[in-house]
Amino acid sequence: MLVELAKSRDGERPSYLKGLDYSVVQQCMHCGLCLPTCPTYDATQLERNSPRGRIALMRSIADGELTATETFADEMYFCLGCLACMTACPAGVNYAELFEQARAEAESARVLTSPWRRFIRMITLNWLFMDHARLQVLGRLMRLYQTTGLQGLIRRCGIMELMPGRLRDLESMIPEIQPNFSDELIAPRSLPKSGAARYRVALLTGCAQDLIFSDVNRDTLEVLQENGCEVITPANQPCCGSLHAHNGEWETAKVLARRQLDLLPPDQFDAIITNAAGCGSHLKHYASLLKDDPVYLARAEEWDGKVKDIHEWLVEIQFRQPEAKRPEVQLVTYHEACHLCHGQNITSQPRDILKAIPGCELTELPESNWCCGSAGIYNIVQPEMANDLLDRKLAHIESTRAHVVATGNPGCLLHIQNGVRKQGSDLRLAHPVTLLAEAYRREAHGE
Amino acid sequence: MGLKNQVLQALSTRLGPKNVLTRREDLIPYSFDGTAALKQLPGCVVFVRSPEEIADVLRLANQTKTAVVTRGSGTGLSGGSLPSRDCIVMCTVRMNRILEVDERNLTLLTEPGVTTLDISMAAERVGLFYPPDPGSMKISTIGGNVAENSGGLRGLKYGVTRNYVMGLEVVLPTGELMWLGNKCVKDVAGYSLKDLFVGSEGTLGVITKVLLRLIPLPGTKKTMVATFDEMDRAAEAVSAIIAAKIIPCTLEFLDRTTIQCVEDFAKIGLPLDCEALLLMETDGHRAVVAEEAKAMAKICRQQGCRELRVAKTVAEGVKLASARRSAFSALARMAPTTILEDATVPRSELATMIRFVDQIAKKYELRIGTFGHMGDGNLHPTFLTDERDQKEMHRVEEAFKEIFDEAIRLGGTITGEHGVGLAKKAFLPRFLGDTQIDVLRKLRKVLDPAGILNPGKMFD
Ligand SMILES: Cc1cc2nc3c(=O)[nH]c(=O)nc-3n(C[C@H](O)[C@H](O)[C@H](O)COP(=O)(O)OP(=O)(O)OC[C@H]3O[C@@H](n4cnc5c(N)ncnc54)[C@H](O)[C@@H]3O)c2cc1C
Ligand code: SF4
Ligand code: SF4
Repeated sequence: MLVELAKSRDGERPSYLKGLDYSVVQQCMHCGLCLPTCPTYDATQLERNSPRGRIALMRSIADGELTATETFADEMYFCLGCLACMTACPAGVNYAELFEQARAEAESARVLTSPWRRFIRMITLNWLFMDHARLQVLGRLMRLYQTTGLQGLIRRCGIMELMPGRLRDLESMIPEIQPNFSDELIAPRSLPKSGAARYRVALLTGCAQDLIFSDVNRDTLEVLQENGCEVITPANQPCCGSLHAHNGEWETAKVLARRQLDLLPPDQFDAIITNAAGCGSHLKHYASLLKDDPVYLARAEEWDGKVKDIHEWLVEIQFRQPEAKRPEVQLVTYHEACHLCHGQNITSQPRDILKAIPGCELTELPESNWCCGSAGIYNIVQPEMANDLLDRKLAHIESTRAHVVATGNPGCLLHIQNGVRKQGSDLRLAHPVTLLAEAYRREAHGE
Repeated sequence: MGLKNQVLQALSTRLGPKNVLTRREDLIPYSFDGTAALKQLPGCVVFVRSPEEIADVLRLANQTKTAVVTRGSGTGLSGGSLPSRDCIVMCTVRMNRILEVDERNLTLLTEPGVTTLDISMAAERVGLFYPPDPGSMKISTIGGNVAENSGGLRGLKYGVTRNYVMGLEVVLPTGELMWLGNKCVKDVAGYSLKDLFVGSEGTLGVITKVLLRLIPLPGTKKTMVATFDEMDRAAEAVSAIIAAKIIPCTLEFLDRTTIQCVEDFAKIGLPLDCEALLLMETDGHRAVVAEEAKAMAKICRQQGCRELRVAKTVAEGVKLASARRSAFSALARMAPTTILEDATVPRSELATMIRFVDQIAKKYELRIGTFGHMGDGNLHPTFLTDERDQKEMHRVEEAFKEIFDEAIRLGGTITGEHGVGLAKKAFLPRFLGDTQIDVLRKLRKVLDPAGILNPGKMFD
C-alpha cells in the first residue's frame, strides 16, 4: 500500500516505511503469538530477531523515532522472509509487505556499504537477473566448468583449500546446470496429450529454475498436457522480480512486473502457472506492487487472480489420477516450502497430488512447515543460520525413513539436496510434479 | 539521563557483555508488552540464567537504586512488564528448562522461562494434566503466569494458576534466596508466603523456580458449540447450566464481531449469522461426559439456542478451543488499536453486565467486541479504536470507568485475571479501600525497602 513515498526527516531520501499506510504498520498488537513459529527467534530468543520486534523497529522508523541504521538493515536481512509469522498471526498483520518495504528502506538508506555486498548485488540483481539471456550464458559457462572436468580437477587438486571458507562453501553450493534449458525442451505452444484443450494456460519457466530445473519445467508441461491444457511457454522469459522485491529493489521489481504483464497478457489465459513457490507468492501480488501505475493496475489485478501454483491448479481442475499395473512402492515425505504454505496458503494440494501417485506412501515430516534455511539467497548471505536450519530439517527427514523428499520450490530442493549430498546419503529430492509426471510416463508404458 | 555507566559495566562483567543489551535497536522491541498504547524504553535489557545471577543483579540494583522490571514473554495485558524509565529489564526466557516431572508425587518442577504450552505437553507425555491454559499459552512463561495468577479457558472447573502452585523459589529484591512450599499436599507451617507471591506482578520478588501440581489426564472430553440470536440468551444459558449444578471445564463466549474475526483467521466454519456463540467442553469419565453434554444441550435448547454442533472428534474440539484462544488477537483485524477489559462479576449477574456493556458502547459511540470466560463471570469487552484519535480514546476511558463502577456495584472486581499493573492502577485504591491499600504498601516496603522492583506498578 504504497501511498506516496514520504520524505524522511533527514532530507531528500524517500522513506518506504513512512510512506506505508499507517494501518499496516499499526496492525500488530504485540500479542507475541507469532514468536514460537519464528525460526530466528527460536534460535536466539531475542525480541529483535522476532516478528514482533522487527515490526516494532519498522514502526519506530515510520514514527520518526529511529532512522534506518546499519543494525536495522542487518536485522531485516537476518529475517528469513519465511512468513511463518503471517500464518500464525491472528491479527492479520501483512508481514510480507512490511518486510519488503523495510528492506527497501534499508537499501535506500545505503547503510550496508560493504563494497563486496554492493558488487554482488549489482552483478546479480541489477545485471544478471535483469536479462534472461545473460543468465543463460552464465549457465552455459557453469555447465562447461562442470562437464569438462574442470570442477572435479579444482576440487581434487586442493586449490579450493587455499580459498577462504566462504568461497569454498559457495563453490560447493554451485548447483548442477542442466544440459538443456527450458526453451530447448519446451515448444512455445503445446497441445494436450489427447482430446480438445479444456484450458489455455501460460507456463512460467523461471530464471534459476530454467537453468537448474529445466527438467521440472518439462515435467510441469507434461502434467498440464495430460490434463487437457494447451500450454503457452514463451522462450526467454523475464525474471518475475521476486528476488528484487525481497531484497529491497522495489523499483526494479516494478519494471520486471510490467515486462511480465506485456509478455503474457492475462486476458489471453485461463491461468498462469508457476511451479516455484518463491515466485508464485510474489507473482500473486503484482497489483499491490503496481498500485500507483494507472496503465498497468487493471491488468495486474486480473493477473493476480489468474496466477496459480501448479499444485493449486491441478487440484482445482481435478487432475487425473495416473493408473499403474505394478505400482512401484516408495516412501515419500513432503517438506512444505515457506512460500507455498505461508506465502500462498497451499498445504493440502501437494499432498493430494502425492497421495494420488500409485505406490507413493506419504509419511508426514515433523515440522514440515519450518523453514529449511534456503530462503531465496539467504543461505548465501547468512550461512550459519541457514545451516542450522538445514541440520534440523535433515534430522527430521531422517526420522521419517523416507526414500524421497518432495518439495515444491527450487531453492528448497537445492538447499536440502546440498545437505543430503554432504551427508553422503542417497535420498532423492524431487518436485511433486516430477513424481506425478513419472507416474504418467509409467502408465503410458503400460507399467 | 540514561543508566549509569558503572551499572552497565558491572552488569556486563557479571553476566557477560552478550547478555546485556543497550543498543537502541535492541531496546525498542522490549519497550512494550501486550497492553495497547503503552510504551517506554528501558535503560538496558539483561538475560539471566540462574538464581545466583538474579540475586547479583538485584543486589547491584539495590546499591545503585536502579529499577528492575522482570519480564517473561511480554504478553501481559496490564502493563506489568512495561519498562520504567532507565530501568534494567531482566528477561527470564533463557531459563527454560523443565527440571523434574515427579510421577509419584504428581508434581513438575520448572524454571520460570518455560512456556505454558511446554509444561502442559510435558505433563501430557506422562498421562498427567496441567489445566491452566491462558489464551497466550503457546508463548507466555510460567513465571509470568504465576506472577499474574493467570486464568484460562478451563478455569471454571479447574481453577487458575494459583490452584496449581505448590512451591516457589524466589529471590527477594534485596538479593536473598528462599524456598516457599513443598511437595506435601498438606502444609500449614507459618504464613502461606507462597500465596503472597502468586499474583504479585513482579513487585515482591523474582520467581526462579516453580513447583506445580499435576492431576490425572481426564479420560475423555466432548466439545460443543451453541449459537444464539441474543447475547442475553447465551448468558442465561450459562447461568442455567451452573444452577443445574453442572461444572463443565469450559464455558466460553464470543459475540458476533469476535466470531467474524476468529473465523476470518481460523477458517473453521463458525456460523457468522448469530449474535452469540457458546463454546462448551466437558471432560472426565466417559459416562459423566455423555451425561453432562446431554444436559447442557438440553439447557441450551430450552434457552432457545439456534443451533447446536457437537465436535465429532477430539481433534475438532482442540481446533475450536485453539480458535477461541486467538479471539483477542483476531479482534485486532477490525481496528488499529484494541483495548480489552477484564471486568468480572458473580455469575448470577452476567446477563445484567452484558446488557450494561452494550448500553455503554452505544452511549459513548464506541465499537466493541466482547468475548470471555463466561463460566467464570469473566468478560473481556474489547474496544475497537485508534490510539491516534484522542477524542475517541477519551470516550473509551469514560466508558471503562462506568463499566468498572457497574462491576463493583454488582459485587464484581476490576480485574479477573490480567492484573493491575499500570492499566488498572488508578482504580485499585477505591476498589480495595484505604485499610487494604495501606497493608499492601507496608508489606511491599518490608520486602523491597529501596523500592527497586517494578516500581510504579499496581499502587504507589
Ligand atoms: C493473546 C493473549 C491472550 C491472553 N489470554 C489470557 C488468558 O486467557 N488468561 C489470562 O489470565 N491472561 C491472558 N493473557 C495475558 C498474559 O498472557 C498473561 O498475563 C501471562 O501470564 C503473561 O506471561 P508473560 O510470560 O508474557 O509475562 P510478562 O508479560 O512478561 O510479565 C507479566 C508480569 O509478570 C512479571 N513476571 C514475569 N516473570 C516473572 C518472574 N519470573 N518472577 C516474578 N515476576 C515475573 C512481570 O514483571 C510482569 O509484571 C493473554 C495475553 C494475550 C496477548
Ligand atoms: S505479528 Fe501478529 S501474532 Fe505477532 S505480535 Fe503482532 S499481532 Fe501478534
Ligand atoms: S518471516 Fe520468518 S524469520 Fe522473518 S520474522 Fe517472520 S517468521 Fe521470523
